[in-house]
Amino acid sequence: MTPEEAVMTQESDASMPDVAQSGVSGPGVSESGAVVDGMTSPGPRIDVSGAAMGHTRADTQTVFRCDDIHVYYTDFLALRDVSLDIAAHEVTAFIGPSGCGKTTFLRCFNRMNDLIEGARVEGSINYHGVELYQDEVDPVEVRRRVGMVFQKPNPFPKSIYDNIAYGPRLAGAKRSELDDIVERSLTRAALWDEVRDRLKTSAYGLSGGQQQRLCIARAIAVQPDVVLMDEPCSALDPIATGRIEELIAELKTEYTILIVTHNMQQAARISDMTAFFSVQANEMGQRTGELVEYAPTSLIFTNPEDPRTEAYITGRVG
Amino acid sequence: MTVLTTPAGIATGAADALRKRPGADVAGSAFKWLLIGATVFATGFLAVLLAVMIVDGWDVLSGNLWYFLTHGFSQRSAGEAGVWQGILGSLQVALVTGVFAIPTGVATAIYLVEYAQGNRFARIVELNIRNLAGVPSIVYGLLGLAVFAQTLRGFSGGTTAIAGGMTLAAMVLPIVVITSVEALKAVPDSLREAAYGVGATKWEVLSRQVLPAALSTILTGTVLALARALGEAAPLILVGAATGFMSFGDANVFETFTGPYTALPVLIFNFARQPGADWGVNAAAASVIILVLVLAVNGLAIYLRNRFEKQW
Repeated sequence: MTPEEAVMTQESDASMPDVAQSGVSGPGVSESGAVVDGMTSPGPRIDVSGAAMGHTRADTQTVFRCDDIHVYYTDFLALRDVSLDIAAHEVTAFIGPSGCGKTTFLRCFNRMNDLIEGARVEGSINYHGVELYQDEVDPVEVRRRVGMVFQKPNPFPKSIYDNIAYGPRLAGAKRSELDDIVERSLTRAALWDEVRDRLKTSAYGLSGGQQQRLCIARAIAVQPDVVLMDEPCSALDPIATGRIEELIAELKTEYTILIVTHNMQQAARISDMTAFFSVQANEMGQRTGELVEYAPTSLIFTNPEDPRTEAYITGRVG
Repeated sequence: MTVLTTPAGIATGAADALRKRPGADVAGSAFKWLLIGATVFATGFLAVLLAVMIVDGWDVLSGNLWYFLTHGFSQRSAGEAGVWQGILGSLQVALVTGVFAIPTGVATAIYLVEYAQGNRFARIVELNIRNLAGVPSIVYGLLGLAVFAQTLRGFSGGTTAIAGGMTLAAMVLPIVVITSVEALKAVPDSLREAAYGVGATKWEVLSRQVLPAALSTILTGTVLALARALGEAAPLILVGAATGFMSFGDANVFETFTGPYTALPVLIFNFARQPGADWGVNAAAASVIILVLVLAVNGLAIYLRNRFEKQW
């Protein structure tokens, strides 16, 4: 995938107006009102604990701690200065208009951006105390712990069984364990009852919603710690979407879930924390995404701090 | 035409406005007939060619086909000549071509698509390979004569089936590379990402997902490239395919690789330039045989494609 394609595929809906250009907020002014000169100075750290806003999240553990993340595609700055913490066993949603870098940001967490020629991540992502972007870290091992579900269901051209068993086999699971793993994963993804009699048939025979649940089952079959979901429902009808949303709510008891969504109602329904990204064009017309606001979902949808967030969620833009 | 401004006006005018008008799309129908004409001309041309070959070669094809297939070339008379050496030589040359062209070509394509990933070097190499695919075959013949038959004499044994096969391998290599590159590019990135997403290494993604998914197209392309090599005469004449009588003596099959050889297209060339109508019959019959051989190879390509085809 070329960098251009990567930017293009992040959002299919290019008609969405740009928040930054709507004049809600002047360029270079961060949410706390401090003037940020260019891209070098660190942005204000956004408090995740929520305690300041009367929200108690005392028993949560931090899985990812991101500091000053900048993502470049060759020379193009796609995402600027993101700092936030991700808490364990919560659903964290990334929302924002087209091209705001939310998918780019999501792909930082399992080093998926490594696969894009020219993509470069600067800053620090700390995963349980380990710096993800250092030479000693094996990206393959990262992806085993941080699984991913993609925008379009992408099962392997294999049987349902082999789709689930693929990851565990790579990780060295014994043949005798595979049946159990397949059943457990499919059950967990609420698909077992529908496919138990046709495990050996092609995964392409499933409906779109079933394929996406298969992809979720495939992701959790390797027992990850975190599951990244990149607009997992955008290709699905409302009923299939509802099933995936139920599933996400169940899965968060075991996994930490990061989800990119276009659908604000979906973010409101399923997430505990919401990060709102916006996009700002520089004088050369390059559009760089940035984090505007990160807060508990209940707060961001009822009492957003930043006028840009409010404009977006109330539908005045986007 | 009436101007329809109100809904009532639209409704009353509907019966008239919706009626089919003759001659509404003259250009469209004319274009369609032009296309049909081109198709008929192209296929008709081939059908006539095939019919002429079969009619011309009918004496041999109907009368002594078995003798023709199982006997070697004879300078004495057309009736005594056969194409056995040509068939054997063509198969040997094709085998050598496949052995050299397929692994090299597929490996090059894998490197270009999966490792160099469209960097400057890969783009330059790919552009040049595409240009090489357009180089006339006679030029490869000269290359083969200079490099494979003479410089590498120690390996090829001079003007042998090995040298001929290597020459044709150089000729079809660009085709193998290009079709394999296209096949690999056609594998959707979502498949690669899915495999990386569950913790596969690059080798695992390549060997277990990408190559199996691209296999049917790669096979089709390489087999078609072999079919093209099978029909090529000009480079082989330069690299010493025998045009006259040739005796294997008591050489076994392996020794014939390093001895004198010939190939079907070269034999046809040889038949056709002999004086006398009966040699022409031989040339036509041999043409039908090579056509059947090439069609069989293409059929194999279609079979392989259907056999390994994957969908997403």
